[in-house]
Amino acid sequence: MREFFHRKLERSAIGFVLAIIGVSAIGGFVEIAPLFTIGDTVEKAPDMRVYTPLELAGRNIYIREGCYACHSQMIRTLRDEVERYGPYSLAVESKYDHPMLWGSKRTGPDIARLGGKYSDAWHVAHLINPRDVVPQSVMPRYGWLMRNELKTEDLGRHLKAQRAVGVPYTDAQIANASSDAYGQASPDSAFASGVSERYGDATNVRAFDGEPGRLTEMDAVVAYLQVLGRLTDAAHKQAATAEK
Amino acid sequence: MADATRDPVTGTITTGHEWNGIEELDTPIPRVVLFFLAVTTLFSIGYWLLMPAWPLGVTYTKGLLGIDQRQVVAEQVRDAAAERASWTAKLGKASFAEIAADPALMRHVRDTGRTLFEDNCAVCHGVQGKGGPGFPNLAAGSWLWGGSPEAIAETIRVGINGTAKDTRTAQMMAFGRDGVLQREQVLAVASYVRSLSGQTLDATEQARVPAGKEVFAANCVACHGEDAKGQHDLGAPDLTDANWIYGGDLQSVVNSIHGGRMGHMPSWEGRLSPTDIKLLALYVGTLGEAKR
Repeated sequence: MREFFHRKLERSAIGFVLAIIGVSAIGGFVEIAPLFTIGDTVEKAPDMRVYTPLELAGRNIYIREGCYACHSQMIRTLRDEVERYGPYSLAVESKYDHPMLWGSKRTGPDIARLGGKYSDAWHVAHLINPRDVVPQSVMPRYGWLMRNELKTEDLGRHLKAQRAVGVPYTDAQIANASSDAYGQASPDSAFASGVSERYGDATNVRAFDGEPGRLTEMDAVVAYLQVLGRLTDAAHKQAATAEK
Repeated sequence: MADATRDPVTGTITTGHEWNGIEELDTPIPRVVLFFLAVTTLFSIGYWLLMPAWPLGVTYTKGLLGIDQRQVVAEQVRDAAAERASWTAKLGKASFAEIAADPALMRHVRDTGRTLFEDNCAVCHGVQGKGGPGFPNLAAGSWLWGGSPEAIAETIRVGINGTAKDTRTAQMMAFGRDGVLQREQVLAVASYVRSLSGQTLDATEQARVPAGKEVFAANCVACHGEDAKGQHDLGAPDLTDANWIYGGDLQSVVNSIHGGRMGHMPSWEGRLSPTDIKLLALYVGTLGEAKR
């Protein structure tokens, strides 16, 4: 019998281990190599804002409750999606998403451009019991969001962790994270003005859950949902240029 | 290791391995598998050449066909808009009265309006526009800011207590919480308001009505009007009809007076095109027709 190359290889332990490493590295290389140039491939959006501590806390709850399993945050370049949801998603819009929450399955609708589409009161009613407002909905209830106080003392560390992976939070933002989270949901409190100062005037500052004195998980989730797709205008600008 | 031998039963060459008398056949890979492997390999090479495929640093292989999905979708959206232009152009230019008088255009309003309404409005106002607790009924003909197509289109465009610069604003004060009215006064005026819409009141409530009338005259008429029929330019609801946004039972009315109300409707300018808003305004106007 002829001695094939592979026949020889599989009889040499070290040689075969090296061959396995070599072959499986191809997959890793194909996934990792494009990231070497990601700084040049992602679009530029100078108006891009960062998530406020309250929005980031809401994002963490969104992950905790597994919302991404049924809702995508990625409008694809398909006509039906663009006509229903708005301009298709750009890479830069997920620039500060660590980890990204594009999702891969839509049991519910895509929510990449949800921010500002519905009122806070609707979000609160809908999260407590979706069937109160949308009778045919199959979404579970999330009533405890309204009952649970939001944990804020560790938000500074969350911001720090985000900074470690490239989100440009300033020292002042990290130092004031807990009070900013409270202030964003309590517009009449002394902490509210600092939020717009540190995060820009376009930041939503209001009692998201309808109860100004209390900071609940509902405040955080609704604040997060109301900022989806609103961190930059890049996608809308691109769509406007494409029309011409 | 023993040499490969021919298996006497199947006639196939063995691998030469032998375990306790059991040998392994060296069956060749079926031809059909090799054939499909070859076909798919050729297909992938063709695909790499024709379509965008490999990343090359800051760019990528564009492919001979020059297909860019972003351009494709932009063209498709443009083509679809051009297809619809046969009637959207007319809809954009015509006045509301002209459209309402044109059955062909109104058919488009009903078809397309339904899709737009379900995608954007129905989550709050309901598929049939009948509203719910906190969300106004659009099918009842009881309007906060006016029910003419022009008024509805403007409400959709700027929203109510929204983020647009020229948004409609309306707020009912928290008469109880802010200490403007005492507890008895709140209860009295709530009973009076309930009597206006012809609800049956028990004896306790009946007795409070005259006192409530005075409280109403002193505090509520500025917005709701002396006849309590509301004012469209202030967004003040009619209190004499059977429609209640936040409920018409005693507890709900007391809650509204005690804590105030400030509903919010988002501004749709920017999210919907002017033609879409026009179309929706007309569609919302047709929601009440089924009842009549």
